[in-house]
Amino acid sequence: MADAPRPPERSGTGLEVADATVRFGDLTAVDDVSLQVAGAETLAILGPSGCGKSTLLRAVVGLEELTSGTVRFDGADMAGVPVHRRGFGLMFQDGQLFEHLTVGGNVAYGPRRRGVDRAEAIARVERLLTLVGLDGYAARRPATLSGGERQRVALARALAAEPRLLLLDEPLSALDASLRGRLAADLRRILATTETPALLVTHDHEEAFAVADRVALMRAGRIVQTGTPREVWAHPVDAEAALFLGYSRVLEAREAEALRAAYPSALGASAGQGRDTAIALRQNALRVGDGPLEAEVITVAPALDELRLAVRLVDGTELDAVAGLVEPVEVGQHVRLVLDESAVARLP
Amino acid sequence: MSVAARGARVRRGALSGTGPGLVLLALLPLAFLAVFFLLPVGGMLLRGLAPDGALDLSGFAEGLSGRRIQRVIGLTLAQALIASAISVLLGVPVAYALYRLRFPGRGLLRAMVVMPFVMPTVVVGVAFRTLLSEGGPLGSLGLDGTWAAIIAGLVFFNISVVVRTVGAAWEGLDTRAEESAASLGATPLEVLRTITLPSLLPAILSAASVVFLFCATAFGVVLTMGGLKYGTVETEIYLQTAHFLDLRTAAVLSVVQLIVVLALLALVARLRARSEHPQRRIGASAAARRPRRGDWPALAVTAAVAAYVLAPVSSLVIRSLHRDGRWTLANYRALGTTGDGNALLVPVWEALRNSFAIAVDATLIALVLGLVVAIIVSRHPRAPLARRGQAFFDSAFMLPLGVSAVTVGFGFLITLNHPPLDLRSSSILVPIAQATVALPLVVRTLAPVLRSIDDRLRQAAMVLGASPWRALLTVDLPTVWRPLLAAAGFAMAVSLGEFGATAFLARPDMPTLPVVVFRLIGRPGGDNFGMAMAASVVLTVVTVAIMGLVERLRISAVGTF
Repeated sequence: MADAPRPPERSGTGLEVADATVRFGDLTAVDDVSLQVAGAETLAILGPSGCGKSTLLRAVVGLEELTSGTVRFDGADMAGVPVHRRGFGLMFQDGQLFEHLTVGGNVAYGPRRRGVDRAEAIARVERLLTLVGLDGYAARRPATLSGGERQRVALARALAAEPRLLLLDEPLSALDASLRGRLAADLRRILATTETPALLVTHDHEEAFAVADRVALMRAGRIVQTGTPREVWAHPVDAEAALFLGYSRVLEAREAEALRAAYPSALGASAGQGRDTAIALRQNALRVGDGPLEAEVITVAPALDELRLAVRLVDGTELDAVAGLVEPVEVGQHVRLVLDESAVARLP
Repeated sequence: MSVAARGARVRRGALSGTGPGLVLLALLPLAFLAVFFLLPVGGMLLRGLAPDGALDLSGFAEGLSGRRIQRVIGLTLAQALIASAISVLLGVPVAYALYRLRFPGRGLLRAMVVMPFVMPTVVVGVAFRTLLSEGGPLGSLGLDGTWAAIIAGLVFFNISVVVRTVGAAWEGLDTRAEESAASLGATPLEVLRTITLPSLLPAILSAASVVFLFCATAFGVVLTMGGLKYGTVETEIYLQTAHFLDLRTAAVLSVVQLIVVLALLALVARLRARSEHPQRRIGASAAARRPRRGDWPALAVTAAVAAYVLAPVSSLVIRSLHRDGRWTLANYRALGTTGDGNALLVPVWEALRNSFAIAVDATLIALVLGLVVAIIVSRHPRAPLARRGQAFFDSAFMLPLGVSAVTVGFGFLITLNHPPLDLRSSSILVPIAQATVALPLVVRTLAPVLRSIDDRLRQAAMVLGASPWRALLTVDLPTVWRPLLAAAGFAMAVSLGEFGATAFLARPDMPTLPVVVFRLIGRPGGDNFGMAMAASVVLTVVTVAIMGLVERLRISAVGTF
């Protein structure tokens, strides 16, 4: 896609947020957060609703006042620079398209505000609509679009202004599941094509992992963990992080003894040696098969391509497990379990 | 850099362009309010309460102990209370029928019920007198000039406030709560009592309080219908200042009126805050349905109210077409003259032209100021100080609704009469006074629309490089231009009919149409009365035509409170 718009060459340090704090009265929404977005990378801030991630995003754009701390871009302090002069783009969860303008008018809005002449703006609208897969939509009204199309227009509109940094506020959350997957892949491709550095906030870890190069976990106003999606996923910083990232169960060191005994190399030293660590398991970490663990089936719930079980080990520990659909499993039955080592995390 | 200095810099930076800009913007209407409302009203009060420069409150004791004054205050409160109660009782079923049901002729009925609100008060008074006077269609009831007739006139005038305000709230009410209640075994009456009415309570309270305000400060209707026999505080202020030149008593009455009004506004604000809870709103047309058997009481009330509205108006029209017991257009032909025995200084048509010119000026002033006020009160500031300032600002511009127009008018005369503000002989005073009256209505029309705009839409524009002003143009203007047009028509209609302040300020050689009508009915001679009828019909046709155009814009916030 050689004709995709490219931001001018930059040699700067990108976005640097240092010790940012935002307070609303007694409530501290953002608590001493520091982060950086350099090069053309995408950083996702991942956290439950109410953790302060949207406030942080708004503070970066300039829609929220910092109580203390700084936001810099390429070394320049952004304090005192109004929203419309920061050169950042922002894409809202629900698009916020201008309903009285056409799709083309929406996309051309940013370039026109930045002094691009009409002909060039029209050309840019065509390029961007092609890029987001909405060729020929320029004359349509936003009201005639589906939810996914609206978000594509919102993305095209944000990119048309050639932002130095694109901020995305839960860009896919309002869409249904299948659409979300497709648009996430497109979003990643488009951000890479246009080499736009981006800061994404979301509560959906799949969305973060599908789009971002790096992930920062945020909780109660603070960043608790940063890393590549794979690192963060494989090594959650604590039990709460693990559960938020989609692990279905966290076992205390004592509860994990039987598992450790069965898989000492994967799960580390066994309890009692002074190195007790908790273990996080995904729903499918244990599978019915020819393994070393023995358990009794307590409940069986059918899912699309497998059976989801709750099982009880001989020592009384309850765990989740899955079974194939081929051989039926029944409540009360005794089964053997195999561990999938990639679906287990040792918590520090 | 010290920590404090850095903090200050950060704070200034975040929303620069909007914060200071809005504060600057707010200065314009505040200055207007100060010079053309607080100064005259304050001057009037000062003149009455501290005539020698020292505060002298003995006027209160003297003024309030007088039998006549006590009677006037009692009458005003009783009259306003009864008239508002009747307006609410009749208005709520009509609101249901006209906003929740769908039937042929609904649009016409809506327009008809709303018409009285924009009818000039003097005309309403005159219309009722033609209906009730000896020889009128209902003359045998002997109601002409009675207290009951005044209340009938006030109800006529105010029922539309209830219908519009409650109707707009009812129209958007989500029906699913009612349906759930019904599915849980509630009878239709129980649904009404336990679900619907509590949801509508804030709107009903608002409407009732505004109607009470209008009734308690009514001037034109009372003056034309009851003469000075059944005076209200407002007509008494007029009488004391214009006829007895007793400014002290007038000032005392103004203060009493102001206190009652402020207490009422505070009480209603508290009641509203307690009864208000977030509600889902739905598209208006979705909820309306065809009438069922159980709807007949509401439809019957609606038909009765329609007849009630039509009767005085048609009586007025018929009377205007009669002279000496014969059908004729003579009364209308006389509008080109100055009346019997030169009752007027200018022909009626010229008064209509004056009215128009003045109303255009008043509308422009009210629109510019109203738009600024609406923009400011519709923002969502976070800082507690800014929010408190906003709330104060909001209520300050509602004040003119509750302060005697007569006080404002007379205050103009006694305070704006020396340099640097010697405007007494200037013709700009009348439009300014009328704009003060129309301003709250403009704000009430525009603010809800602006408030409904998602703030993030403006942010989206700013992020794309639009300055705060440009964002205003991109986002607010396309949404607000129709309401703005509607507000313009509304302000125009109100200005055309304004009587209380205009009666004081209009120069004799440049009267407005309502002033002329009042003058004509005060002059003996049957031809003059017929001319007053014809002039009233003309004035009504003009205002109703303007409101008809406004109705076509379908802005439900017009005339709601």
